[in-house]
Amino acid sequence: MTKTPLTISQTQEGLIKKDFSAVELVDSYLDAIKQKNPKLNAFLTVSEEVAYQQAKATDRAISELGKTALQKYPLLGCVVSHKDLFLTKGIRTTAGSKVLENYIPAYSSSVVSRIELAGGITIGKTNCDAWAHGASGENSDYGPTKNPWNENYVPGGSSSGSAASVAANLTLFATGTDTGGSIRQPANFCGVFGLKPTYGAVPRYGVVAMASSLDSMGHFARTTDDIKKIFDVTKGQDFQDSTVVNGPFATSASRLKIGLPKEYFVKGVSKEVEESVRKATKLFEQQGMEIVKISLPHTKYAISVYYIIQPAEVSSNLGRYDGVRYGAERQTFGAEAKRRIMLGTYVLSSGYYDAYYLKAMKVRSKIIEDFDNAWEEVDVIIAPVSPTPPFALGEKSSDPLKMYLADIFTVAGNLTGIPGISVPSGFTKEGLPLGFQLLGPRFSEQVLFSLTQLYENASVYKPRVAPQI
Amino acid sequence: MAMSKLSKKDVEHIARLAKLNLTPQEILKYQKQLSEVVSYVSELSEIDTSDIEPTSQTTGLTNVVRNDEVKANGLTQKEALSGTEETYNGYFVVPMVLDNKDL
Repeated sequence: MTKTPLTISQTQEGLIKKDFSAVELVDSYLDAIKQKNPKLNAFLTVSEEVAYQQAKATDRAISELGKTALQKYPLLGCVVSHKDLFLTKGIRTTAGSKVLENYIPAYSSSVVSRIELAGGITIGKTNCDAWAHGASGENSDYGPTKNPWNENYVPGGSSSGSAASVAANLTLFATGTDTGGSIRQPANFCGVFGLKPTYGAVPRYGVVAMASSLDSMGHFARTTDDIKKIFDVTKGQDFQDSTVVNGPFATSASRLKIGLPKEYFVKGVSKEVEESVRKATKLFEQQGMEIVKISLPHTKYAISVYYIIQPAEVSSNLGRYDGVRYGAERQTFGAEAKRRIMLGTYVLSSGYYDAYYLKAMKVRSKIIEDFDNAWEEVDVIIAPVSPTPPFALGEKSSDPLKMYLADIFTVAGNLTGIPGISVPSGFTKEGLPLGFQLLGPRFSEQVLFSLTQLYENASVYKPRVAPQI
Repeated sequence: MAMSKLSKKDVEHIARLAKLNLTPQEILKYQKQLSEVVSYVSELSEIDTSDIEPTSQTTGLTNVVRNDEVKANGLTQKEALSGTEETYNGYFVVPMVLDNKDL
């Protein structure tokens, strides 16, 4: 086979009709990885052996059970790449850091196990900013990932390789983690869908922790239907992560109110980004949705709250890396990890705790209050994902503060624990992806999906693969 | 807004707390960069939070408990030790934390 299908339903239809076998599917993906990865640097490890084992099991299941195999295995034959933060039993897991260069986990994360049990095929582990610290992919200790639409631009971060691997069709879907925008922003920069679920919807067990009150486990795919099917597999209690509950999930109504927060359309937002979000808003309006202007007054403080709480939790979580049980010694940490450990240690240290950490936790309450007030008026919020389209490699990497400000429209979703989804909506004049995000109250994923599906139908959306670079 | 400047001594103190051995160049670099970030986030002092409760997590859950029953099998001793070559009789070998004079 030459072209791999772009959606779960096309993949499974092809397998059931025996247009191709799962082994042939894996052949094609591995060929594409071999061809494109040297330039893209999206994969850190390719798990060829595991992929073929799982592909053979898939082909056996189809020949034994036929179409009914899909009831037992909802992701049957679906090839997945995992961000290298997800532990995969027997497959190297680096977190993008040299500290874990030789770490082979003895167990798999809940998300990885669930996808495998559902029939998914693990093709490899993707590059990311080390420990998920970054908004461009440039903080990886293994070199930056390139944007598949233009190799001089960043793919976004921290789930850089996951987003790029989907955009370049090196996998059917990919997992990611979103602590301050690390799924929504790279999805936006690479022109694919990216879901950051409600905090507490998907277990974090077995994923290298960044900031434990903010980390959210999600995924990248090319359609709402795929995003939804994957979420159905990954969500729900695993009894290993005590923050996870089984909903209840809100259901969608036919006429929804969509909030347009004025604080997200300010100076510093690129014209092309703003126009594309307004165009999407217009389309929702034409489809019968009510657009309501709202205000989230503490938006401008979200970055400061985030860059206190997140490094504080980072410094605590990275304290475990002592080089004794696994991994290398602490001097192996890269520059950004050291910077965040230092910043976090400072804001938690005696004499500064009240002024910084406690203060940030209180302003976090104010930001939550803003959103709670908004949910009194609207069902969801539409906003830009990032103030700019993808930026050039090297453009911000020497100025940490400048890079931190790239997270300005995504961090509030993490501080408040709400779900968000990035939707691709076109391209800039230069051919770089544009998009928007929808945010909703906790456990409103189904409402978000109903709207993104509506957007796909109304805009006659078709998944696109990035040109070969 | 006043620039919250970290001194070289502050940076050395934090590095010690975080168990990071920094080079003199790194100390200078982080002194500048951390000062910039800390000075930026100091904008939060503008907000009146006198009657606001802090938020540490967003689930609304408290004291999640379960019955004290073993469900998972956990790791075998071999698996638990598989991340290092520095083992002795089924134990981890750790670096010495005391000097000979302390013994």
